[in-house]
Amino acid sequence: MPQLPGLIKGMGVTARELVRTMFPNSGLKKLIPSPTKGSYTVQYPHEKEAPPPRSRGVIALMEENCTVCMLCSRSCPDWCIYIEGHKEKAPPRRAGGKPRTVSALDRFDIDYSLCMYCGICVEVCPFDALFWSPEYEYSEPKIADLLHDKTRLGEWMETVPDQEPYEAGSDAKTKKIPRKAN
Amino acid sequence: MLAIHLAYWQQSILRVVGVLAAVLLPAGAFVNLFLFKMVSFMQNRLGPMEAGPHGQLQLLAEVGKFIQKEDIVPERADRRLFKLAPYLVVGTVLLVYLAVPFGPDAYFANLDAGVFYVLAVSSLSVIGVLIAGWASANKYSLLGGLRAAGQLIAYELPMVLALVGVVIQAGSLNLQAIVAAQHNGEMFGFGALGNPFVLTQFVGFGVFMIATQAELTQTPFDMPIAESELVAGYTTEYSGLRFLLFFIGEFASAGAFAAVAATMFLGGWALPGLDLDANYMNVLGPLVLFAKILVLAGLIFFIRFTYPRLREDQLQRFAWTILIPVSLLNIVATAVLKVVF
Amino acid sequence: MRTYPKVTTLINRIDWLSSFANEVPFILAAERLMEIEAPPRAQYIRTILFEMARVANIGLFLGEMGLQLGAVTPAFYAFRDREFVLNQIEAVTGGRFHPNFDRIGGLKDDLPKGWIAETKQVMERLRDYCDMIETLLVGNEIFQARCRGIGVIPAEVGLAYGLSGANIRASGVDWDIRRDNPCGLPYDKIDWKVWTHPDGDSFARYWVRLQETREATHIVDQLCDSLPSGPIMAKVPRIIKVPEGEAWVSTENPLGEMGYHIVSKGDLGPYRVKIRSASFSNVSITPWVLRGVYVPDVVTILASLYFILGDIDR
Repeated sequence: MPQLPGLIKGMGVTARELVRTMFPNSGLKKLIPSPTKGSYTVQYPHEKEAPPPRSRGVIALMEENCTVCMLCSRSCPDWCIYIEGHKEKAPPRRAGGKPRTVSALDRFDIDYSLCMYCGICVEVCPFDALFWSPEYEYSEPKIADLLHDKTRLGEWMETVPDQEPYEAGSDAKTKKIPRKAN
Repeated sequence: MLAIHLAYWQQSILRVVGVLAAVLLPAGAFVNLFLFKMVSFMQNRLGPMEAGPHGQLQLLAEVGKFIQKEDIVPERADRRLFKLAPYLVVGTVLLVYLAVPFGPDAYFANLDAGVFYVLAVSSLSVIGVLIAGWASANKYSLLGGLRAAGQLIAYELPMVLALVGVVIQAGSLNLQAIVAAQHNGEMFGFGALGNPFVLTQFVGFGVFMIATQAELTQTPFDMPIAESELVAGYTTEYSGLRFLLFFIGEFASAGAFAAVAATMFLGGWALPGLDLDANYMNVLGPLVLFAKILVLAGLIFFIRFTYPRLREDQLQRFAWTILIPVSLLNIVATAVLKVVF
Repeated sequence: MRTYPKVTTLINRIDWLSSFANEVPFILAAERLMEIEAPPRAQYIRTILFEMARVANIGLFLGEMGLQLGAVTPAFYAFRDREFVLNQIEAVTGGRFHPNFDRIGGLKDDLPKGWIAETKQVMERLRDYCDMIETLLVGNEIFQARCRGIGVIPAEVGLAYGLSGANIRASGVDWDIRRDNPCGLPYDKIDWKVWTHPDGDSFARYWVRLQETREATHIVDQLCDSLPSGPIMAKVPRIIKVPEGEAWVSTENPLGEMGYHIVSKGDLGPYRVKIRSASFSNVSITPWVLRGVYVPDVVTILASLYFILGDIDR
């Protein structure tokens, strides 16, 4: 059987892709054209793909865990985290003791117009106050609205997924995500 | 259609509307079907989906977009020539459609030298392209225009020679007579399907389709509009309505050449089994021809979106050293076989 | 002071198509200064991600060169199949283009469940893609007519100008840093081959990259099968201070040889980092090779040298 010239074989490739996109169903249904099912693209506003759970979409803040240590703010390459806090006197842990000083968070803003989505702040936080969430649809018409304040960052905590189990052979343990006690 | 007697001016309006429909309808159909949908499906995507159901109104959106754009004429450009070029290119396409018959009585002009006229007029677009390339005052446009001129002139010859074989077999230059010859002919004594010339003139058909691909400056012969090299070739400096005219011209001439090929090789507006002179063929004929044009143009665009482009000198070498000798041999073989059988 | 994690974030963006591959030589250089070795599981996963970055980058090249030459369709197939690789990288690291995953002493996190099986399926798919591109472009007579004999770079000239990667292997030089100097990455434990081509023209460069993509998919498969279990991070202090000294490590990145020269003064961050990027040297040959060629051939040669502007400018 003489070799088909490469030109014809190339046409076969694109023809096959054309047929595959137009008639993706298998079996008897193959004759019904349904290109919306056969195409690899997702019609974005109408259908959405789900990003994997580890996807770095937005950073969520668990305010109760934050001790205003400023580690995240210092380790951000872009300096996009703005933190202000003050020290308060809290009641002693048991009766008769000295009053403790605790830090209270006044302001915790992340400027998402500067954020590089590198994750150093989440990694560096010693008290598990920052978490990644795969939410990505928070674009704004005004750049100033991309500064998410404390309350908004707390709202993102609801979208933080639980950690998935690890692959076999791994030594790592999954961490529990602190959820708001309701 | 001749049941009512129309005044001459009414007939002229009908003809003008007819030729505009004949030109714009295939162009629009090709853009919509092939450029938006077929190539998108080939690339596993859907193409425009937002404008209208499944993106069917995208054509309107594109036309509207081009019309409302700013009309830019470069400062150093030759203004009159710059404005003239798109009209020349589109005008020649209109002229080609004049000779193609759409039915037994549905034609614009029944020219006895139809084939000769079509080939002569189609080469006028070279002038339009050269003018566009020169008048743009842009080195890259000039490169594109010169490449186009060389390429289009080089591929004129295979086109002419390919059609000579058909003319020999049909015995006439009149396009209506060629349609009749295919309809009334027989293949090895079997008369039911007529004798579409694509069977006996398959070499000529192949040469003609390759030459058409080159005449339309479609990949693999699209050096004049090589997108990654020359921005947009000779159409670089055009914007808005003038660019739309080039765009329409490109797709309309695809339709025109496909119409000529369908008439010469596939049997034109006639279907085997249907009566050649019947009055309903005036309505059915254009539809049949349109279907054949769709098939042939689909082939042209399919090849366009699959192959990389040839370099200019390789392109020329292909035309002069391969296509022309092959088509000459085809003519000789046809002449010999016509005498023998 | 730009600390090591901050530098890692930035160098992700140098060669923006091969995401993870930019971090590897930097982290290896820093580990050499600290004199620690990442645990075997971390080295294996590092290599897996490295080779997947290679598949993603060179797989895109295979389609994109067709686009430069006029064929619009192969580029779409390239992007379509690259998506699968990027999805796998995102499932592990959280980022498609900028994983920011390599750390001094190991990796940031371990693989999620089911990743190995999915990755092997994706690699199978990429092999089908390579076959498709071979039929669509390599076998195409027009492509061969455009690429054979265009931009021939003899081996001595290529070596003199500092070409690296597939560009120099296509001129017949058997030079692959993965085999000669793996720096702890487990290339010696698997069965793979270095591809060269004697011609040195644009077609040879394309062909070598096609074979390299296939080879990379096989490497990922073998590594996935033989992944050892264990910790993902060596014992490193919380605040990493790299001791004083200098280190130079270069690896075989998808575009060529990429190397980092780190000078450390014992601080939280490096004192000086010099990046030797592949595309800068690859592009330096253009005045020599583009002399007297036709205008369309300029596009062919530049496309076959395959540079990325971020890699040139850093």
